[in-house]
Amino acid sequence: MALLEVEDLGVTFRGDREVRAVDGVSFTVDAGEVTGLVGESGCGKSVTSLALIGLLPKQNTRRVRVDGRALFDGLDLLRADTRTLRDIRGREIAMIFQDPLSSLNPVVPIGVQVAEVLVRHRGVSKAEAQRRAAQLLDRVGIPDPNRRLKEYPHQLSGGMRQRALIAMAVACRPRLLIADEPTTALDVTIQAQILELLKELVREDGTAMIMITHDLGVVAGLCDRVNVLYAGRVVESAARRPLFAEPVHPYTIGLLNSIPRLDAGQGARLTPIRGSVRDVLPWSQGCAFAPRCDRAVEECLAGPPEITGDPHSFRCVNPGVGVDLEEVR
Amino acid sequence: MTDLTPMLPAPEPRPAEPDSQTPTASLAGLTPKARRQRLDRLAELAAVHAEEKGRSLWAEAFRRLRRNPAAVAGTVVLLLFVLVALIGPLFVPYDPTSTAWADQVKEGQNIIPGPSAQHWFGLDHNGRDEFSRVIVGARQTLLVGVVATALGLIVGCLLGGLAGSAYGLGGRAGRRIDNVVMRVIDMLLAMPSLLLAVSIAALLGPSLTTVMIAIGVISVPVFARLLRGSMLAQANSEYVTAATALGVRRWRIALVHVLPNSLGPVLVQATLTLATAIIEAAALSFLGLGNPDPAVPEWGVMLTDALTRLEVAPRLTIYPAVGIIITAFGFTLLGEALREALDPKLRR
Repeated sequence: MALLEVEDLGVTFRGDREVRAVDGVSFTVDAGEVTGLVGESGCGKSVTSLALIGLLPKQNTRRVRVDGRALFDGLDLLRADTRTLRDIRGREIAMIFQDPLSSLNPVVPIGVQVAEVLVRHRGVSKAEAQRRAAQLLDRVGIPDPNRRLKEYPHQLSGGMRQRALIAMAVACRPRLLIADEPTTALDVTIQAQILELLKELVREDGTAMIMITHDLGVVAGLCDRVNVLYAGRVVESAARRPLFAEPVHPYTIGLLNSIPRLDAGQGARLTPIRGSVRDVLPWSQGCAFAPRCDRAVEECLAGPPEITGDPHSFRCVNPGVGVDLEEVR
Repeated sequence: MTDLTPMLPAPEPRPAEPDSQTPTASLAGLTPKARRQRLDRLAELAAVHAEEKGRSLWAEAFRRLRRNPAAVAGTVVLLLFVLVALIGPLFVPYDPTSTAWADQVKEGQNIIPGPSAQHWFGLDHNGRDEFSRVIVGARQTLLVGVVATALGLIVGCLLGGLAGSAYGLGGRAGRRIDNVVMRVIDMLLAMPSLLLAVSIAALLGPSLTTVMIAIGVISVPVFARLLRGSMLAQANSEYVTAATALGVRRWRIALVHVLPNSLGPVLVQATLTLATAIIEAAALSFLGLGNPDPAVPEWGVMLTDALTRLEVAPRLTIYPAVGIIITAFGFTLLGEALREALDPKLRR
């Protein structure tokens, strides 16, 4: 059985007008597997992850409606009461955030912040927690951990801060790790180190991970299975290899084409996707990507396209060339 | 070793030390004084490195404070004031309540003896030594200022902290608690502070305790609003989300994470409130709501007494007034400097 089974997850924000930020998103995460959620800014990746652990601002109020199911080991996270969720957070499911500086409390030493997770979920004494915190910092590759424990976030470098956050997240060996663009705020050399570290940690602990990113390079290096999101819906879902080798959805193809290539020769122009995320059609009227799509046909506007295919599924009525549709279906 | 560049002191205008830019440049060919300055500068830079381990934002703020002349001036004034208030009464030349020289004062003929070698500030209208009274009066002023501010700070922070953490972290029930607490605070805030203080003082009868309570009460809503607002701002910050995502308990988030980050503005307000508390205490005493015992010297009471004799002996109003002004000024200087030191926008 899958560790996490998300079915028809939907998130609606009700302000002056209703915004359906996430709509009918379904995916599964198996134990020990890395699942990628990929898409541009505003496609609903972060909202999805926050909804899963009940951390959307004003979640469960009239302003934010969450529907669907998210079964974590049989428990529906979207219906669980806050007390249960609080026990799960940090122990069973942990999250790593994008900006390591603002995710750490500036006036509390690193050691206290790492140790408090252990005190909370493992019930160990403060001294013992500090000892284990030092081990954790060592494990995530922070040199001289005993000194670092006493330091404050602003005294650490960006990469070091992200390592500290990762140490906090893996402190209780959670079964699921949600990483929300963990490398976006870091420079490129550090990014690679952090990804290596995450890879190593999930392999050693057998932790499943949801990797949220807009960076297909991260996906290529880390994810077992990839879900491409557009305007709040999954538009293509496949294992890593087929997704990169035979992308089907025009959006995925566009994303792959817009990556700069070293072998393209000097002066070669990038091929971006036309328009911006704002040129979106409501899914109810047709394919949201149609206004930006090169392969758009009249049928695209006939109504919401269904997601088809297994295990390589996609949501498109006129899928990309070079794909044997018979084999996919 | 850590990367030290961000830890170096922020570049400051130091026109007096043009050579501070390159402390390690050749020392030869310099006057001994310039050489000493340069070495001091070098030592200063090196010291920053050595102490860098485990320095909190508060320690950072303290370091910035030490380099701010206004803060140093304010601190010196305050230390002097506190010193005078604490040990001054032990060294005064005469008993401040003794009217031993009453025969020299002839109010009918408008004669109140001025400063002399014997009585540095002269005598007051009852023939008491004015210098001794000013010194001993400082103690009352300090007592009122500190106790009233502490009272306002403690009650205000309890209420504001309760409302802030309830609203920020407590969900729907928390918002209700916040609503009740803050509406009461708003009612207090809506009343003119001096009027409120006068009403309280009138209700409890004139005494020094009354003055402290009255001034404490009028500063409660300010502290409460300030701490609540500051906590609400922090409650939306990412580290709170991150801590919540790790399952940290709400009371711990409120106390360990949100509160320490919210105290800066409250602390600044406390210093400024000390200044206004002293002025307001004087005002209440001036209005006759302070200590009813005229023998005990208090700057506000001394002002009232001196006012009716302004034409005869204006100096009697000047001594306590200057005392009040200097003290309030010292607290204000320190408070402003503290605000600057803690202001994240001015950091580095």
